[in-house]
Amino acid sequence: MTIVDPGAAAAAVSVGDAPSSEELGEARPLRADVWRRFRRNRLAMLGLGFLVLLVLAAVFAPLVTPYGIKERSAEFRAGPSADHWFGTDAVGRDVYSRVVFGARVSLRIGIVATALSVVIGVVVGAAAGFFGGWADTLISRLVDVFLAIPYVVLAVAIATVLGRSENTVILVLGFTGWMAMSRIVRASFLSLRNLEYVEAARALGFSRRRIMFRHILPNAVQPVIVYATIAVGTAILTEAALSYLNVGPQDPTPAWGLMVSQGKGLLSNAPHMLFFPGGAIVLTVLAFVFVGDGLRDALDPKLK
Amino acid sequence: MTSYIIRRLLLIIPTVFFALSFLFFIFFALPGDPASLIAGGADRVVDQGVVERINERYGLDDPLLVQFKDYWARTLQWDLGESYLDRRSVNDILGEKAVNSVRLGLWAIIIEVVVGISVGVLSALRRYSLGDRFTTIVTAAASAVPPFVLGFLLQYLFAVQPHKQGWPEWAQLHTSGLGPDTWTFFFVPTGDQWRYLVLPAVTLACVSTALAARMTRGSMLEVLRADYMRTALAKGLSERQVVVRHGLRNAMLPVVTLIGIDFGTVIGAAVLTETTFSWPGLGSEIADSVGSRDLPVLLGLTLAVVLAFALINLVVDVSYAFFDPRIRLGKGEPA
Repeated sequence: MTIVDPGAAAAAVSVGDAPSSEELGEARPLRADVWRRFRRNRLAMLGLGFLVLLVLAAVFAPLVTPYGIKERSAEFRAGPSADHWFGTDAVGRDVYSRVVFGARVSLRIGIVATALSVVIGVVVGAAAGFFGGWADTLISRLVDVFLAIPYVVLAVAIATVLGRSENTVILVLGFTGWMAMSRIVRASFLSLRNLEYVEAARALGFSRRRIMFRHILPNAVQPVIVYATIAVGTAILTEAALSYLNVGPQDPTPAWGLMVSQGKGLLSNAPHMLFFPGGAIVLTVLAFVFVGDGLRDALDPKLK
Repeated sequence: MTSYIIRRLLLIIPTVFFALSFLFFIFFALPGDPASLIAGGADRVVDQGVVERINERYGLDDPLLVQFKDYWARTLQWDLGESYLDRRSVNDILGEKAVNSVRLGLWAIIIEVVVGISVGVLSALRRYSLGDRFTTIVTAAASAVPPFVLGFLLQYLFAVQPHKQGWPEWAQLHTSGLGPDTWTFFFVPTGDQWRYLVLPAVTLACVSTALAARMTRGSMLEVLRADYMRTALAKGLSERQVVVRHGLRNAMLPVVTLIGIDFGTVIGAAVLTETTFSWPGLGSEIADSVGSRDLPVLLGLTLAVVLAFALINLVVDVSYAFFDPRIRLGKGEPA
């Protein structure tokens, strides 16, 4: 298929990740192709390797840590040593063990919260982009209302109402994280809904739900996958921020953000209390970003 | 265009109304009694008479809907009430804190636009060069660093260490506080002020600068492949003209969207940055007021932030039309 409709081509370009008209005629890339392209990306493989390691560490945490998360030694705020690889915190707990157990908290919150926000975002964005008209206006305004409240304020408010716990953080992140996703899906749907194959499906008399989720969504799914991967990292980042502001899981839960905030004020005496959990946040989020980027490049051979 | 702007301005009203009402009701669902909080804090035993007087003074015994109506009646006259904690006027608090936040935010945006866009364009033009690869990694890394971790790292490198090593006074940056509060032309720091400003400004700008650079690079690459770029080159324009007039202008569209959407993130980051650096702005005040359940302060400051956000979004939407004349605002598809 060649470009015949400059309007459609322009629309596809402005969305960025949507397939161009040239591509629609080709077969979708095989999974093996995507994996082959992904494997060539060194940063993405590095990120994937780190994530595999992190998941293993989280699953087998009791086997790879010398101390429990509540176990106290006589040394307070001691720097890194052979006994305590990452040093000890203000009440003598082993920072290394707590950082490893913290991976469980972060991964659980990040993945569950992202799943929640992806479902909400896709449904809302698809409805807005497909139906257009008053439904689009209503949904876009709703998104505006949610986006108009600084998310930290919203998150802190909800967390304070529901109680400060892991589940609260998941709910908060799920219900504040879907807006960006819905805008992405809406934009894809807007650009795709007037293409010829959708018209053809409509002419065949398919139901609107079938056209939305069986015909349009598969063509809009790439940005969703890429965004969701990165969103897990973002969710972990936000969880850390909420824990840092002390509205997340409470002590003795080894949430990384909480551990950083417990080291506040000890920067010149015990920087290890801040830098090890802080470094864990950065590396984890980074790994998700690299994998997400690698996926995007692998899914979008047009960039090759 | 004018009618579009007016219509959008009118739409801000319901947006702000629903956002604030939402927060108002959320905070009334909170456990605990604001009156006893005002009388002396959550944990202490307080005199019943005092609690009753406070309830009467602030109308906290009224039915919820009456309080809700009173709140909006006052707010519409730009009377934001007074703090539950020290009875200061919220209007005064807002005036005082907003100035600090705007100065910090202004510097963050200057860094974001100047550094972010130029790095992104250069990176796209010299694709796969060493610099481009380095930039790609650094910008990915920057967006993964939470403001508080970056803040503490910068504090350690540029304040704690120089102090320990006994570097000259001017090279030691400060970890917290507003500093001497001396400025010229409203936002240019003078005297010692820059040593207080530079770390929080860089911290606040970091994430959005990295995002802007990545977005600019990506959309620039997309545009560079477009047919009209080849056409422009073919008709004999210089490479510079092609890149700036044809390329950059088309590539800016997603970047402008990003900067608009990103404003919420900047506010979120501002809460964390200001808290980490004890910068007395709206962000740290909002965080404090949530912690102490100081509802009037929270709602008042949030109102200001929400209004600012809505206006910036409007400016972003209008600027679409400037960057992309194909978009006709107000006719057919809303931008």
